[in-house]
This record gives sequence, structure tokens and C-alpha cells, in this order.
Amino acid sequence: MKNLKVNIAGVELKNPVMTASGTFGSGREYGEYMDLNQLGAVVVKGVAITPWKGNPPPRIAETYGGMLNSVGLQNPGVEVFIEQDIPFLRQYDTKIVVNIAGKTIEEYCQVAERLADADVDLLELNISCPNVKEGGVAFGTDPRMVEKVTREVKKHSKQPLIVKLSPNVTDITEMAKAAEVGGADGLSLINTLLGMSIDIHKRRPVLAMGVGGFSGPAIKPVAVRMVYQVKQAVSLPIIGMGGIATGEDAIEFIMAGATAIAVGTAHFHNPRASLEVLEGIQEYMEKYKVQELKKIRGIIK
Amino acid sequence: MCLTEDQWKRKKTVVIIKNEAIAKDVYEMDLQVGETAKEIEPGQFIHLYCRQGQRLLPRPISICEVDEKKGRLKIVYGIVGSGTKEFASYSPFETIDIIAPLGKGYQWESQEKHSILVGGGLGVPPLLELAKRLPGKVEVYLGFRSQPFLVENFKKYTDFVYIATDDGSHGTKGTVLDVLKNKSECPEKARVYTCGPKPMLQSITQWAVEKGYPIQVSLEERMACGVGACVGCVCKIKDLQTGEWQYQRVCKEGPVFNGKEVIWNEES
Ligand SMILES: Cc1cc2nc3c(=O)[nH]c(=O)nc-3n(C[C@H](O)[C@H](O)[C@H](O)COP(=O)(O)OP(=O)(O)OC[C@H]3O[C@@H](n4cnc5c(N)ncnc54)[C@H](O)[C@@H]3O)c2cc1C
Ligand SMILES: Cc1cc2nc3c(=O)[nH]c(=O)nc-3n(C[C@H](O)[C@H](O)[C@H](O)COP(=O)(O)O)c2cc1C
Ligand code: FES
Repeated sequence: MKNLKVNIAGVELKNPVMTASGTFGSGREYGEYMDLNQLGAVVVKGVAITPWKGNPPPRIAETYGGMLNSVGLQNPGVEVFIEQDIPFLRQYDTKIVVNIAGKTIEEYCQVAERLADADVDLLELNISCPNVKEGGVAFGTDPRMVEKVTREVKKHSKQPLIVKLSPNVTDITEMAKAAEVGGADGLSLINTLLGMSIDIHKRRPVLAMGVGGFSGPAIKPVAVRMVYQVKQAVSLPIIGMGGIATGEDAIEFIMAGATAIAVGTAHFHNPRASLEVLEGIQEYMEKYKVQELKKIRGIIK
Repeated sequence: MCLTEDQWKRKKTVVIIKNEAIAKDVYEMDLQVGETAKEIEPGQFIHLYCRQGQRLLPRPISICEVDEKKGRLKIVYGIVGSGTKEFASYSPFETIDIIAPLGKGYQWESQEKHSILVGGGLGVPPLLELAKRLPGKVEVYLGFRSQPFLVENFKKYTDFVYIATDDGSHGTKGTVLDVLKNKSECPEKARVYTCGPKPMLQSITQWAVEKGYPIQVSLEERMACGVGACVGCVCKIKDLQTGEWQYQRVCKEGPVFNGKEVIWNEES
């Protein structure tokens, strides 16, 4: 048996496969399609201090090898999350990562504080959602704001804090460094790229919001490049994501420097995608006699 | 509770038994699904996956009819874009990947006395299995642009099938609503079940509310996961008590909703 364990900011995951926030609900739905016990961690959808209604439909548009979404972080709020989702997930032997959303720095801090006594393993600070007007990506595209929001939320959080970076910037390493200076315990990247799709028959954008977040296999090269660049720039552990659908895809991210990886949009094509990614990683390790992932992590210099 | 291996739902590869045009750009496909055929409620849908990987997202199509004995499902789909065009190119004995069934179907009472089914265009298919299963008197109103389909199938289950076409080539010229409004006698109590384009659903809901009939409508929205995880496929649903609305998932809480609770959008 190969050693698949990874350590993110002091939290040990039995394997590097996580689910990407917002694509996996709170695990309940896909729990009917797979054994959640096999996942390294479940990253739940964005949670805010109060319920958010989200954006009007259509929220989904398919594009070549990918998709756009403009869900806009619809969520029932942190209280419902604590009451219903944590007990559900705790039935399983997997780590719980909470993706936190806010419109202001105070709101992010409130969610972190509310979760301080909750039974969750890691916080993932979403300052990179392109689908909300306030907060979200507005915080993730200015290095001073990245540093500030990270520092403030860090003060209120008890669990290690992962900062999720937006790819919609000129130089992602600047944002990574800012998060590091702000006190982040890890980074996850990438969130969705800002995209647009037009219905030429109706002569209007497919999405009601006009633009949305681009994800899926089509964005993988951009994501691998960014993980690689960030790995060269900071020493924080990285959770890599963006278009991962197979074990080979995951190995690319690990070689680029990721400690763990997350599977998102691929679930929509294959509900068992994350487990198949895990199997693929194991097959690769068998084939090339890789005893532990450390041996291949960040080997691309 | 945690499920065991044999309880997990799955994406399955199934055999296509039949795939034929039944009207212009409308296809009927029979799928060999085995035991799954026993789990279906009328109004539920399935997800069909394209073979071309660049078309990542599954296509939701309603279940039209079920043959439990043979373990088969029938779906009827229109060619509207690249995915349905791909499906139309498949031949019998080829395979296709699906998840079935998904969503929540139509509800009725075991003592149901009188049902009114109203379908428009590609909203007609899901009413067929419903017509088959409903007890009591079943009236079916079907609207088409020009060329009707599935009419004979409905006639197997009820004598009360009424057709309307926009161009008057078949049945009454006009809409199903016109036919309903000219209906000579309306029962005191009935339930209405409908599926079709949004403006039609909205006008049928209005009609049903005026008559005091409960109404169930089947909605469409663009989907990604189909299982309730991505919150992509929402529609506005209001709480009749409080008047507050929220976005609910067509793939999970729907596709069938109480027509009175739907907030109809001004556009589309
Ligand atoms: C619950 C439900 C049941 C349905 N039942 C039927 C049925 O029985 N028969 C039938 O002909 N059609 C049905 N539809 C509509 C059908 O899903 C679309 O026509 C189909 O997805 C179009 O795919 P395409 O690749 O040909 O079109 P494209 O326009 O190329 O598709 C691009 C993307 O948009 C999505 N999309 C496009 N139009 C629709 C639409 N109207 N609704 C939802 N997604 C759409 C596609 O799924 C795909 O992800 C149903 C839709 C829903 C939500
Ligand atoms: C429908 C959908 C909803 C998402 N919601 C969130 C979210 O709530 N918070 C977040 O940080 N990222 C969210 N994301 C971004 C994903 O977590 C991930 O970063 C991105 O999709 C790239 O990975 P993928 O290509 O594997 O999906 C969402 C993505 C999708 C497709
Ligand atoms: S399609 Fe994902 S929630 Fe309905």
C-alpha cells in the first residue's frame, strides 16, 4: 500500500483528494453516489453569516470542455450549516473544510468566529468568487486587500485558514505573497475564470447575470500554470484545482507543487469523479513505484 | 446513514433499443434500464451524457413511458442543439450513459376521480406515463405547433384526448387554453397536471386557480449536476403562507412544483 497521506497546515488528510467548493453541496447529494469515507476532505459550498438568495437563473451555461456558472453563493447561512451539515458529515471518516463567504471583512470574520467552536477541520476563505458584486473577487484582486482580509479573518479563526485565490489577476504570485504575509496557513487555487457565453439565436447572454465563472477541463492548463508559479513564490501548502477529472490531471498539479487537489466540475460529468481521480493517483504511483507523494511534489522547477 | 456498495446510485451505461423520428426533429428513444424501470414516478427525468467529452454536462429529458416488465424507459426529445443532435445519430444496440431517475414527479391520491392533463410541444411526453397510472377520469389536452405526436399512445389510456395546433392542421386551431376555456362542462373538483413552455404553464395555472383546481407544473432550467449539489437549476418559489420566496432546485425539489407557488418571470 502506497502512502497517500498529506498534511495541510497541521491537518492530516488520508489522501490528497478533496472536493471543490460549490460543486459538491455539503456532501449529502453525492453521498448517494459514492463512499464519502474515501475522500481526503469534503469542502462544502460557500457559507455566509446570513442566508443568501443567490443570482437569478439561468445560472449555468455549457462551453467547450467546460461551463460557466453564476450561482452567486446561494446558501442558507452558517447556522443552518452548523445545525444540519456538520452532523451529517461527521458520520464519515473525512475532514471537513468550510468555504466562507462574505460581503464585507466583518462578515467573513463573523463566519470564522461562529465556526470557531464548531467541529470542522479547516477554513477556506473565498475572496475569489466572480459572481457577487460586493466582497468575493473584489477582495481577491488587490494584494493590499488580500493581506488585510486574511489578517483580520485569521484573528477570528481557530482552525487553520486557507485562502482561495482568484485567477482573474495579472500576477497571481502577488496575491499569494499577500496572503502569506497576512498569515494564511495555506492557499487554494484556482477559483473560476471570468467568462461569457452568448446565445446568438436569442441575441443575449446565456446567463441571466451576463458573465459567470468558467470551470472544467478547459481551464486546467491555466490552473496548472498558476499552481506552478505560486509554488515558486511562497512556501505555503497549496490545494490545486481547476479542471481535474482524472488521476493524471491530479498528478500534474502535484508535480507543479500542489500538496492536495480538489475535484469540482468533473462531478457533473461523472458523479464518482473524485474517487476515480484517487484511483488514478494510486495507479500512477504503482506504475512508477512512487512510495509517497512527497517524491513527486513540486518536481517541476 | 452511510450507504453500502449496492445502495449507491450510479451513472449507468444502457442499451438503446429504439431511436426513431416520430415528427419533424422529434425522436423517440427506448432504453433498456432493467430494475430501474420499477423506481420511476411519472414526471421524473433522466440525465443523458454525450459521448463527445467537450459536451460535459448531462442533458435532462423527462421519462415518457415505462415498461416495468421489459425493464425499459421511453423518452421523447426534440433536436434543439448539439447534444440532442448527437443523440439523434445513435443507432439501436449502441449504448448511452444515463442517470435515472432524478427529481420529484407528479403526486396524486389513490382515490383520484378526475384529472386534467395539459401538455404543450415537448412538454407532452412526461404526461403519458401519468395518464397511464392515474385512476378515475383522465382528460388530456395536447398542444402542438403543427405536427402532433404521441396522440395514439395517449388514446390507449383514455378516451378523452383533445388536440390543438397553432396552424389548425390538426384538432382545434389555437392553444390548449382556448380548448379548455371552451370546454362545455367543468367538473366541480379536478386536479390539473401540466408540462410545456413557461407562458403556457402560467396561463394554465391561472385558469386552474380560477376554477379552484389544484395544479402541478413541471419546470425546466439549465442544469449541471442534476442531483441538487450545485444549486444551478433554480426557479423562484414562494411560500403561500408567508409570501416569502426563495430559489429552489428544479432537479431536486422539482421539476414538478405546485403551480400556485411558482413566481413566473416576466421574460422568456
Ligand atoms: C427536467 C427537464 C425535463 C426535460 N424534458 C425534456 C423532454 O422530455 N423532451 C425534450 O425534448 N426536452 C426536454 N427538456 C429540455 C432538454 O433538456 C433540452 O432541450 C436539452 O438539454 C438541449 O440540449 P442540446 O445539447 O441539444 O442543446 P444546447 O443548446 O446545445 O445545450 C447547451 C446546454 O444548455 C442546456 N439546455 C439547452 N436548452 C435547455 C432547456 N430547454 N432546458 C434545460 N437545459 C437546456 C443543455 O442541457 C446543455 O447543457 C427537459 C429539460 C428539463 C430541465
Ligand atoms: C457551480 C459552481 C459553484 C461554485 N461555488 C463556489 C463557492 O461557493 N466557493 C468557492 O470558493 N468556489 C466555488 N466554485 C469554484 C470551484 O470550487 C473551483 O475552484 C473551480 O470550479 C475550478 O475547479 P473545477 O474546474 O474542478 O471545477 C464553484 C464552481 C462551480 C462550477
Ligand atoms: S443541476 Fe445542480 S442543483 Fe440542480
